[in-house]
Amino acid sequence: MKPLRRVLLGAFLAGLLKPFAALAATWNKDAFGAKSAPDALKSLGASNAAASKDLVIEAPQIAENGAVVPIEITSNIPGTSSIAVLIEKNPFPLAGKFEFKEGALPFVKLNVKIGETSDVRVVAEAGGRHYTAAKEIKVTIGGCGG
Amino acid sequence: MRVALALLALLAVPALAQDVKKEIQRYQQMIAEGSPVELYELEGEALWKSPQGPNKVSLEKCDLGLGAGVTKGAYARLPRYFKDTDRVMDLEARLLHCMTTLQGRSIQDATRRLFGNDDRASEMELLSAYVAGRSRGAKMAPGTGHPKEQAAFELGRAMFFHRAGAWDFSCASCHGEEDKRIRMQDLPLLYKPQYARPVMATWPAYRVSNSQFKTMQWRINDCYRQMRMPEPTFGSEATVALTMFLTVTGKGEPYRGPGTKR
Amino acid sequence: MAAGPMKMRATLAGGYTDVRVLMTHPMETGQRKDADGKIIPLNFIQNVEVKVNGRTVVEAQISQAVSRNPVFSFRIKGGAKGDRIEVSWLDNQGLTNKTEAAVA
Repeated sequence: MKPLRRVLLGAFLAGLLKPFAALAATWNKDAFGAKSAPDALKSLGASNAAASKDLVIEAPQIAENGAVVPIEITSNIPGTSSIAVLIEKNPFPLAGKFEFKEGALPFVKLNVKIGETSDVRVVAEAGGRHYTAAKEIKVTIGGCGG
Repeated sequence: MRVALALLALLAVPALAQDVKKEIQRYQQMIAEGSPVELYELEGEALWKSPQGPNKVSLEKCDLGLGAGVTKGAYARLPRYFKDTDRVMDLEARLLHCMTTLQGRSIQDATRRLFGNDDRASEMELLSAYVAGRSRGAKMAPGTGHPKEQAAFELGRAMFFHRAGAWDFSCASCHGEEDKRIRMQDLPLLYKPQYARPVMATWPAYRVSNSQFKTMQWRINDCYRQMRMPEPTFGSEATVALTMFLTVTGKGEPYRGPGTKR
Repeated sequence: MAAGPMKMRATLAGGYTDVRVLMTHPMETGQRKDADGKIIPLNFIQNVEVKVNGRTVVEAQISQAVSRNPVFSFRIKGGAKGDRIEVSWLDNQGLTNKTEAAVA
């Protein structure tokens, strides 16, 4: 075994180096730092997501205020293990990724900030494949602006 | 800006205007179902029970109109006349009274920070959230029998329609005609019961536009600011009269608890 | 600075348990300026975890795009009265908070 590799293996076994997977899972800097939806999707490994009607986005078409926009997502795709939420026009589109383990239904409701009228895109992972759906939400400033 | 114009254009077409209204209603319903309002009620409860001021007592013996310490249903019966102060008071005026008398705090201390900000709600806001929450479901029934209560109503009504200030505005300038709107916001006709009822049944409220919990005293203060009127004194006869007018106009409506608003 | 109040309610619905959790957090985007014109630093919850009777069922990573004072709803399969639900969060500055509730 090459010397460097041996040192690394030793360090790994000694617990000094966590396996790459554990570190990356804490908070996906790359995906959350992506400045476009396609880039974020690439970081999530979901560039080839197929459109699916079984991924349901429940949200108002118009948000009176972009600071708080309620979005409810249900995946009826069997075996859904995660749902990611992206706001395409936001400076950093990825808003969240929810992983559902045994015991949880693939469902989440959350409030997000939408900077301007934008598509909200959700991506579900099920059985190693990705599925996607989108909905446009118009953002307006209401009232006296105060 | 383009979106706002596009939506405004939609509103010119009656059928589409209905769709816009419906979607906005859906927005309002969904944010109400997932709102941080309860956190303010919880914090308010803790504050209600904490000893403060030179007298080191909590507000738990505060008389909000139904007897010392009775919070359940009290908000729904405000504003009302109080014998001990010989005046009509709304919730916040009464809270201020309890802070200065029960807790022995100075007016300066108790009014130092009446309205909160993004990071921290004010005491008045938290206490209002808690006390108002305790009237959930109760029919709104402000005082109407005492001559001073009636005088407050009359004063409030006069103020509602009285034009003044740099822009010659009255409350009625915005809230006095059918089918008026500011950008996407429908302006309720607050002098008519059918409009006043749902509005008064949901104040105080968490406002998503600034992520803060706000009260009626704040609302009046901010409306006056927007009307370019002089700033009203907190808990003053004028502000209580306006609240009395609006609450009486909305009376009978079951109070829904602190609301969530734009 | 201690974390602000957190509240959760877990109620049995038709065949699942509805978990609604309210969190106090500024969820600062790092793009706003304060009164003096200085940028208010990035300060937001990054991780949320939901446990049922000690077992993790939901793991979430979220961004500063989630609204201030986040409110989440999750659904647990089945569930029974008395099940212990715990929701915890961790933010980018290392602050954490958690709350527990029994299914009602």
